[in-house]
Amino acid sequence: MKVCMFHLMPYRDLPADFDQRYKSAYLDPLWFDVADPDKVGQYYNWTLDELVYAAKAGIHGLCTNQHHQNVYGFMANPSLMGATLAKLTNGLPVAIVQIGSTLPSTSPPTRIAEEYAMIDCISGGRLVAGFPTGLPTDATISNGVVPIEQRERFREALDLVLKAWQARERFAWNGKYYQLPMINLWPRPIQQPHPPVWIPGSGSATTVEFVVERDYCFCHLSYFGAKNAETLGDYYWETVAKKGRDANPYRLGFLQLVGVSETDAQAEEYAPHVEYFFHKLLYTPEYYQAIPGYQDYPSLVRAMKAPLRERFDLRALKYKDFVERGFLIAGSPATVRDRLSEAIKRLRIGHLLALLHFGSMPHELCLKNIDLFCREVLPHLEPFWDDQWADRWWPQRLQAARPVAPVAGGEA
Amino acid sequence: MAAQARRVRLWQGKIETEVLVQGSGPPLVFLHGPWGLRADTDFLARLAQTHTVYAPRHPGTSPSDPDAIYQLDNWWDLVIYYGELFDCLELRAPAIVGHSFGGMVACELAATMPERVSKLVLIAPLGLWHEERPVKNWMILPEHECRRALFADPEGEAASRFFGLPDDPEARVEARVSFIWSQACTGKFVWPIPDKGLKKHIHRIAAPTLIVWGEEDGLIAPAYADEFAHRIATARRELIARAGHLPHLEQPEAVVSLVRGFLSA
Repeated sequence: MKVCMFHLMPYRDLPADFDQRYKSAYLDPLWFDVADPDKVGQYYNWTLDELVYAAKAGIHGLCTNQHHQNVYGFMANPSLMGATLAKLTNGLPVAIVQIGSTLPSTSPPTRIAEEYAMIDCISGGRLVAGFPTGLPTDATISNGVVPIEQRERFREALDLVLKAWQARERFAWNGKYYQLPMINLWPRPIQQPHPPVWIPGSGSATTVEFVVERDYCFCHLSYFGAKNAETLGDYYWETVAKKGRDANPYRLGFLQLVGVSETDAQAEEYAPHVEYFFHKLLYTPEYYQAIPGYQDYPSLVRAMKAPLRERFDLRALKYKDFVERGFLIAGSPATVRDRLSEAIKRLRIGHLLALLHFGSMPHELCLKNIDLFCREVLPHLEPFWDDQWADRWWPQRLQAARPVAPVAGGEA
Repeated sequence: MAAQARRVRLWQGKIETEVLVQGSGPPLVFLHGPWGLRADTDFLARLAQTHTVYAPRHPGTSPSDPDAIYQLDNWWDLVIYYGELFDCLELRAPAIVGHSFGGMVACELAATMPERVSKLVLIAPLGLWHEERPVKNWMILPEHECRRALFADPEGEAASRFFGLPDDPEARVEARVSFIWSQACTGKFVWPIPDKGLKKHIHRIAAPTLIVWGEEDGLIAPAYADEFAHRIATARRELIARAGHLPHLEQPEAVVSLVRGFLSA
């Protein structure tokens, strides 16, 4: 299997009374009341250092993502981070997983086709092209996209990007949302016919169906652990079977918070950081996320009858609860191995996206987490699935047997 | 007399629209606000005592055809669509009563096709924007703030009826879906700021116009009543005490009597 490190690039040092001052991690916190730009510069650099450190420690992929106007994660343009990572990891067998730029909020979306092609060229063909539809709050509030148009825009933009990458001749695009008179993209990606496509989703039945129909990799970006993902996971694999696709586990990516320590007891060092993550960073009220129109009609009806994803009162839960419920897998390497293996088998996860930095976790602890994870956990996960399945959603040049992971040490 | 639900297929066969028809007398078209028609039925019944009331659901909000919304892309489409709907219903020049979003549609129709509108009643219409008094974005308000914005008495009977849900589980799902989907469909034409060019067209409105506004409208400040009255030469405005953004639900007697008086004059 493949294991990637996911990073949100959050604000790591919010005031203690943040929860009382703001109702939401999104949109409400005022920059000049909360943020220190020097610290933010430090966070961006730490984020890049941590990801490069993981690459040197043998992780298979590095994930960036796009969010706006919040304290939870603000890689406002993931291509900037992806391009930097591509350059810093040249020579390493690590994928640059852009998961990614949000098509509906970028106009024209050929901009993303160009940026991704640049990253693929800079990295020597190591790009995974992730295309999220975007959180409603990001796309519709921060970027003004009409909620009911977000999904349609996304699909047209994706078709446009794929055509722009592959067309041998110049062409005109006469779409509903985009009209471009002459498209002749420079550069094109190294990977032909195009880089592998991953589509993240968080619980929309419509997205699941679309991804299976198009034979892409679906990434369930949940923060609530494998147990809570069973309904969606089962629905996904049922849909895969129903549409006549094979049961290749590499069709599914899954995000999981992970904290590794020397012992289970020692893992409590992650307690303040996971509580910070769920209490402060992830706190976004429903009225900013469930904006009318963000779900199409069938998904809306389904959600009102039987939601694919449960909602929780996160501020009522503590470290112990997060671990017990599997929102965070934390403990000794043996514990983490066991719990991850269970999740991988139960959900048939081919691409594990490990959130090895979360919340207020300091740089040093993050490096320790990466180090322990890559030395003590990763080698035990790698053998999953490879005897039966090929990863068709992975850069071709990284398909060959991996060299022995070098021992981690030193920063980039 | 109970309302009769009539289904009309139009727009090259691609849109089905449900129109509630009731009453007798001169024709009156009611255009609903962003939340659908569910809460407006009592008000429609009162209007139907003196008029034949046609209440079409906006495109996409008829339960039989939710995908109709994808057939219209912009205001120009929407105005032409309503012209066609009037033809289908054989309405030459009805009176139009429009609330909120429906008021904005009514304005655009009356400005584009002045000959197709005999009289215009605007109840707290959207469509203008004042820097100092921004219209609240109802699509991203928590329910308690939404209650305060929409009703003078957020805990009163009208508010309880508006936000209340039926006990039957199936009817409950239906009501919630309709409440959300209606906002999604109407929101297509006004997101993210409901200022889409009406200020450039509004001077073309020629029909006698009555503007009705709740004194305690927390969504669109009552000062907007003057903005509209100022720009429509034929308009007069009336403020309704103890009413918010839905004065026809909170003070139905007062609104109905004003509307009747205006239409019969």
